[in-house]
Amino acid sequence: MSTIDEMQQRLATLEPEAMEIGDDSALHAGHEGARSGGGHYNLTIVSPQFDGLLTIKRHRLIYNALGDLMQTRIHALSIKAYAPGEL
Amino acid sequence: MNQVALDRIGQIVNGHPVVLFMKGTPQFPQCGFSNLAAQVLKACGTEFFSVNVLADAEVYENLKDYANWPTFPQLYINGELIGGSDIAKEMYEKGELQQLLAGSKQA
Repeated sequence: MSTIDEMQQRLATLEPEAMEIGDDSALHAGHEGARSGGGHYNLTIVSPQFDGLLTIKRHRLIYNALGDLMQTRIHALSIKAYAPGEL
Repeated sequence: MNQVALDRIGQIVNGHPVVLFMKGTPQFPQCGFSNLAAQVLKACGTEFFSVNVLADAEVYENLKDYANWPTFPQLYINGELIGGSDIAKEMYEKGELQQLLAGSKQA
């Protein structure tokens, strides 16, 4: 399974109304931080579970859902997390 | 878990009002996200203490456990994790970061 498919599957636990994941790895190939081999991704996600939560708590929910992917296949993840109605 | 390292990180975090753990230095950042976080702090006109995690293996290996946060950079204000570069930028755009930093200087 591709990393993006795996991310989508794990993030499904947040019951997203919308989700978009982009692969930015090519932009970072060869830089110091990319040595570990993990990819660079960007995530935009809309979930009712974010309603009323500070951004840091939203990011924690995402990191928890992604679990060990954050230590393995994901080197960097840029996150935009919205509750429905915030867009 | 390396308790000695976690205690050392705690001393750094609590020893300065504003701490940025980053890859590289504010002058020579080695990661776009770290650079963004440093630029946001500079734009706020605040003094901050920075730690180059690429030059400190102990911090590099243990910081992710310290606040259970999986990525660099990490910004701490008054000993508390604020988040990474996305959160710093978002709070800056809303004016929240400037408010928080104004409070930290008085503390």
